[in-house]
Amino acid sequence: MSLAEETWKGEVGRSVPRLEIREKVTGRATYIADLTRPGMLFGAILQSPLPHARIKGYDVSAALALPGVHAVLTGADIGAAKGGPFIKDEWVLAKDKVRYVGEPVALVAAEDEKTARRATRLIEVDYEELPAALSPEEALAEDAALIHEDNAENVRIFPTKVEGNVAWRTAFQEGDVDAAWNDCDVIVEGTYETQAQAHVALEPCGALAEVDAAGRVTLWSSNQSVFRTQSNVCELLGLPMAKLRCLTPRVGGGFGNKMEIHVQAMCVALTIATDRPVKMILTREEDFEIVRHRHPYKIRAKTGAKQDGTLVAREVEVLVDCGAYGDDSPGVLGFSLLMARGPYRIPHSRSKGTLVYTNKLRFGAFRGFGNPQVSFATEIQLDEIAEELGMDPFDLRLKNATRKGDKWVGGGEVSSDAFVTVLEETRKACDWDNRGKRVPSGPGKKRGLGLACSSHISGVLSTGAIVRLLEDGSVVLNTGCVDIGQGSDTVLTQICAEALKVPLASVSVASPDTDGSPYNWGTTASRVTYMAGRAVVAASGKVEAEIKRHAADIFECAEVDLELRPGGKVGIAGVPDKELSFHDISMRAHWAVGGPIVGAETLIYDRPTVDPKRTIAEGVPFPQIGVFNFAATVCDIEVDEASGKIEVLEAWDACDVGRAINPGSVEGQIEGGFVQGLGFALVEEVVFDGARVANPSLMDYKIPTMLDVPYKLHAIIVEEAEPDGPFGAKGIGEIPICAVAPAIANGLAAATGLRLRQLPLKPERVLDGLLTREDDDAD
Amino acid sequence: MSQAVALKINGVERQVLAGATQTLLEVLRDQLGLTGSKRGCNQGVCGACTVMVDGRPVRGCLSLAANCEGSEITTVEGLAPAGKLTPVQQALIDSGAVQCGFCTSGMVISAHWLLQRNEKPDSDEIRRTLSGNLCRCSGYRKIVEAVASAVEGGKA
Repeated sequence: MSLAEETWKGEVGRSVPRLEIREKVTGRATYIADLTRPGMLFGAILQSPLPHARIKGYDVSAALALPGVHAVLTGADIGAAKGGPFIKDEWVLAKDKVRYVGEPVALVAAEDEKTARRATRLIEVDYEELPAALSPEEALAEDAALIHEDNAENVRIFPTKVEGNVAWRTAFQEGDVDAAWNDCDVIVEGTYETQAQAHVALEPCGALAEVDAAGRVTLWSSNQSVFRTQSNVCELLGLPMAKLRCLTPRVGGGFGNKMEIHVQAMCVALTIATDRPVKMILTREEDFEIVRHRHPYKIRAKTGAKQDGTLVAREVEVLVDCGAYGDDSPGVLGFSLLMARGPYRIPHSRSKGTLVYTNKLRFGAFRGFGNPQVSFATEIQLDEIAEELGMDPFDLRLKNATRKGDKWVGGGEVSSDAFVTVLEETRKACDWDNRGKRVPSGPGKKRGLGLACSSHISGVLSTGAIVRLLEDGSVVLNTGCVDIGQGSDTVLTQICAEALKVPLASVSVASPDTDGSPYNWGTTASRVTYMAGRAVVAASGKVEAEIKRHAADIFECAEVDLELRPGGKVGIAGVPDKELSFHDISMRAHWAVGGPIVGAETLIYDRPTVDPKRTIAEGVPFPQIGVFNFAATVCDIEVDEASGKIEVLEAWDACDVGRAINPGSVEGQIEGGFVQGLGFALVEEVVFDGARVANPSLMDYKIPTMLDVPYKLHAIIVEEAEPDGPFGAKGIGEIPICAVAPAIANGLAAATGLRLRQLPLKPERVLDGLLTREDDDAD
Repeated sequence: MSQAVALKINGVERQVLAGATQTLLEVLRDQLGLTGSKRGCNQGVCGACTVMVDGRPVRGCLSLAANCEGSEITTVEGLAPAGKLTPVQQALIDSGAVQCGFCTSGMVISAHWLLQRNEKPDSDEIRRTLSGNLCRCSGYRKIVEAVASAVEGGKA
């Protein structure tokens, strides 16, 4: 055995630092706002002041006359077709009507940012104001104004039943729920409400576009998918996809807000109009007003169990505010309903939901994709059942936990017993059974531990990988996956290095480029490690096969007798000195025999969401969804009875990841997801003052700071291999956020007996609840 | 109206032309090409634009460039000029405390300043000092631990 083999510990399972980390700590990492091109102009947006109005005309003459202005565009000038991922209902700029306060109405390109912004204020728009619907209830009223007059005619990529302001309907049904209530000894029922949450990626959205002399456009932007960017922009502007090349610099965070486009199509329209490079960077306020937020949900839920704790039936109905445009909302609605049963064996379940257009900013993809909303209702009800039955919350969940071989709603298969492991490890880690020993820190404080669980998926749609062996035996990996800061460049490189048994430093990762990268749907749906990782393993396997074909030829042996050896070598198994380097092989391939070695693989997640023999489903927006993973969250909370303020003293967030390719990165995802969930649970809320976002700034919209997070935050990684995952891995991006709010709500109930069913659990709401209860007691 | 402003940036004397309303952040990024400092909110809340002016951390987005006449300014690019990382930078790498990196420049400056002022800050002081630097990716724990380990391994 060579020295290299003895020291080879593999690249999977190691917490190696991010490949690009040095450039990030020295300030050299380049984000969209840091890019410039010679002759570059700056683009700015005029936003609608009204929630719902007809556009009767524009006067752009004063803006055009301002020195330094190169172009002014309105919805009358641009827009080839309406677009959208599920419903084709949105133009690049408002055309004929505006539908929310803040909607882009006109664009200016000018020599510098200040001139561009000043020019937008010189544009006159003649509006005829229309009645606005600011909530789903208002929009469903019989006399509500139609937000999209052509709603029923708009193209939808999956069938659903719509009318009036209803944008989408989805339903799942299994078993016989109505009859099953008779078999229940205990039934809990309640309504739950969750708020709009803003993504607040530290980097605001932006783009830079440049058109060449042949009319081909290059577009850099802050995004979660260069391919979604390309297809979105081309759809809206009527460009052939081959005429638009999309690239990405480093991305300063994306939690769903950068998956579909934001300003990219506007930026491309301006570069085409001016024949100059154009950059657009949103201000923080614009980022709050123009992009997208997490959907507010209203949830009615009912759960029934037998005396011994066996869950029997569950029913969930949701009313979802879509905002003015469809965006990813149908996907969010459908996914939340698929997850609404929770990770439990419940034979009779029904979930249905209605998505309703309103005159507000579109709501869209946000980490968890509707799951944090429904998990809030599910996990509170589980605790309520436990309380009614006098059962321990862990025992109730363990009794009903889905296990290996069980079916999800729709029929998808659960591939491991990881949920049981997650529950057992969490219970042990937080010393749950001795939780009574945790006492409040002083008078006027109450303390309690709360548990909540969740499940999520990794999968969805298609992806690819190209692995190229360079002449010297080093490797370039190209997947087209955008690393949005979560670390996928590093993780995919580790997977490739492990598959080829080469050191990490031998593999370089190519930046996503629609010209040169294989298609990747996007960095979303917790899918990159699982989906792109599978493609990387398969593409690396093809490189391995080619290497072995050459070696077999040279050694005159059978390919099956060959093995890859650590350090980029191939040799005959059991014969140490019969060995060739990848360098030798690749030189032969490049210069003599066979041609350069390239391994490529594309794949799509292809297991169906719904087995029609099992489940009655309507309006399902994703035919093939993904593999399941599981999490449990426990929060040790203390509430100040005088102020109503909740503090999380300690937290445990245990997540099943199949296999941690990079445990340090997995911890980073769990902790970051937990803290974003903490903000959702306790403080974050996009507040609407009528039709207008009242707090579109970081001064007024608070996210957790270093002083707001628990000192003790334990990320617990549970590894039970996913059979077809790359080295057993599944995704981790979203699941850590899903159960935080219900864990805190359950902790509050354990501490005080107060059950709150509306988020966020801000001090005034908690205090109000505590005081109201005292009043009731006094009565 | 623009005026000439003399600044010493990362040890080098520079002359810039700054308008009356132009911020230090704009001058650093747009005129001097020092794009390590970021515009996250332009309102002094997120801390991504934190730089040191005459040895004290300030918000680049709230500082008028014209008011910095004669000041010594250190940006993240100036901390490791010869490629030798500061203990904080090295600790952030070793702890895997960086995700998207957009907050990192400001975080590095604030932490660097803290360790210059106090060689042995405890966890509470680290949290207090860095609480003006927002991070949306990490959950903060690894950043606190990284700075604490820089205290252990670097200066102390």
